[in-house]
Amino acid sequence: MEAFLHQVFSGLANGAIYASLALALVMIYQSTHHINFAQGEMAMFSTYLAWAMINAGIPYWMAFALTVIASFFIGLTIERVIVRRVADAPVLTLVVVFIALLVILNSITGWIFTYTIKVFPSPFPEQPLFGPYVSSHEAGVVGVSLIVLLLLFLFFRFTSLGLAMRATAENAVSSRLSGIRVGWMLALGWGLAASIGAIAGMMVAPIVYLDPNMMSGILLYGIAAALMGGIDNPFGAVVGGLIVGVLENLMGAYVVGTELKLTVALMLIIGVLIFKPTGLFGRSFVTRV
Amino acid sequence: MAFKNIYTVLVIAGFVGAIVTGCGEQQSAGDPGVTDTEIKIGSTNPYSGPASAYGTIGRAESAYFDMINEQGGVNGRKINFISLDDGYSPPRTVEQIRKLVEEEQVLFLAGTLGTPTNTAIHKYVNAQQVPHIFVNTGASKWDNPDNFPWTMGYNLSYPNEAKIYAMYLLENKPDAKIAILYQNDDYGKDYVHGLKDGLGDKADSMIVAEASYEVTDATIDSQIVSLQASGADTFFNVTTPKFAAQAIRKVYDIGWRPLHILNNVSSSVGSVLTPAGLEKSVGLLTAVYFKDPIDPQWADSPDVKEYKEWFEKYYPEGNINDVFNVNGYMIAWGVVEVLKRTGDELSRTNVMKQMASIKDLEAPMMLPGAKWNTSAEDFALIESGQLARFDGEKWVLFGDVIGK
Repeated sequence: MEAFLHQVFSGLANGAIYASLALALVMIYQSTHHINFAQGEMAMFSTYLAWAMINAGIPYWMAFALTVIASFFIGLTIERVIVRRVADAPVLTLVVVFIALLVILNSITGWIFTYTIKVFPSPFPEQPLFGPYVSSHEAGVVGVSLIVLLLLFLFFRFTSLGLAMRATAENAVSSRLSGIRVGWMLALGWGLAASIGAIAGMMVAPIVYLDPNMMSGILLYGIAAALMGGIDNPFGAVVGGLIVGVLENLMGAYVVGTELKLTVALMLIIGVLIFKPTGLFGRSFVTRV
Repeated sequence: MAFKNIYTVLVIAGFVGAIVTGCGEQQSAGDPGVTDTEIKIGSTNPYSGPASAYGTIGRAESAYFDMINEQGGVNGRKINFISLDDGYSPPRTVEQIRKLVEEEQVLFLAGTLGTPTNTAIHKYVNAQQVPHIFVNTGASKWDNPDNFPWTMGYNLSYPNEAKIYAMYLLENKPDAKIAILYQNDDYGKDYVHGLKDGLGDKADSMIVAEASYEVTDATIDSQIVSLQASGADTFFNVTTPKFAAQAIRKVYDIGWRPLHILNNVSSSVGSVLTPAGLEKSVGLLTAVYFKDPIDPQWADSPDVKEYKEWFEKYYPEGNINDVFNVNGYMIAWGVVEVLKRTGDELSRTNVMKQMASIKDLEAPMMLPGAKWNTSAEDFALIESGQLARFDGEKWVLFGDVIGK
């Protein structure tokens, strides 16, 4: 029983990691209807920025804020300079661009910061909260994910900018006709997603250690989480992340064995796409022809 | 009868002629890659891509050859070391190796890095009869002189390392209950097989739990929890650096205190134990076969001093804490040693002959007592190591050098 509880808690902690990246994926999807495969590497690069600042003696929260802001502008720039040039191209072209971004960011980071793992500090106290089961950092990650979720909800629900961004994603032509600057809305979406990714990276790094390949595995689980919760629903992304985390642990420990843990995540992606393409909390759209 | 005799004489004459001209060819024209002033050697390394942490090994090798060339080369010939990037991707390795062998016409290949990458070129280089030496991986398959007489590995192989742990356990903790965490690929399984081989009949009763992980896993926390729940009192940790640091921290944080055996792959103090937490690493056990240049206990030994001088002068952009550089340094030293032994008879056959006749060679940076040995039947260069325990600051060697 103790081992079982321990598996559940460690699953929740992993789930919070997946959830935070899934949030960033959902963010881009909400504003552009694309899944950005380079999301994880952008987050990883932002985390290195934070690491460099902290190493240079800047206090943690200051570095945190600066990184979030810098990442916003990096995301914005990537959209303005690269992505918008292929905005009207076929989906395959976009996929190629995203994968190219992934590889480029990974190599550049490795080139600048080397591939040896680095310790990234946690803003939370060392003392565990709930006995040996959950470290306070892991609990903190869940808390931060929920705060980001709340902020996103408030932003999209109660600000006119949030409304404009949602409108752009749903129907770009009508939005433009209503006077919304569609191009900038897309760029803003990229900027926000990059900021959320940066927060995810800074939360993940103290647990998995910072290295250029930190996010490659997590992205896969993040996509599973986002799809499961509904790719257009931030709340669903968080719930999806927690479910994937716990499910992965329990299946690995008690049902299929550790060798098939990754397979469980992939089966989830395929299963959701086949049986419930909108995810657990996604809305289904009916398009009038 | 007379006719038959003439026939015999002709055949013998033909043979003799062939042998004589054969020798003549070898001495005058020689094998590719050699001139009076230069020896061409090829290699591949992952300078980019997911495994580019190993890139520093290739750079260290080049830096070592720079030093040798500055000192005048080997027997008057400069070493032209062509080390190409394969990004740790087997198809690219094949492409680069073919380029080295067919276009560049290197004399031999040395220090090609990676198990999947070398596997991809294993048959090709043997068919082309190009020496493929100091293969830089810990897989056991490079020690197969009957089927692959042109390939010879460098590192202490994973199974042989695992056998050292098995010998230690059988002698000092025969009632151990062992839990194993391993990476789910050839590297991880090589270690597990080696340990089982070493434990022999007792393997089934001593190993109580096994768990694997994928390199794509975010953490190995779940596996550690399962292994602890098995009631094991000995933990065999077969993981690569990032996961090793995670495992050391997690084992400590959940209050599990097994005899913790860590594979040598992840024994670096600077890049694994420090991130994991030095106080959490106290008591770890590993097998070592070369000296860590920053370990204070070797500060006065002449080979380490020489290493540091070389590092400062020829590879100042490198990281002295990174033990991968020692690996590159030793391989390059080995290549130079073999070239010295081949003398002026720089043929591919002679390179392999010299590689296969190393007796009790004490290489710089190797632990005292751990020697290089090969023969026509034994293509495993390094087969011994010594156990070391981590005291919170450094690895402290204990016991004798174990292994052949």
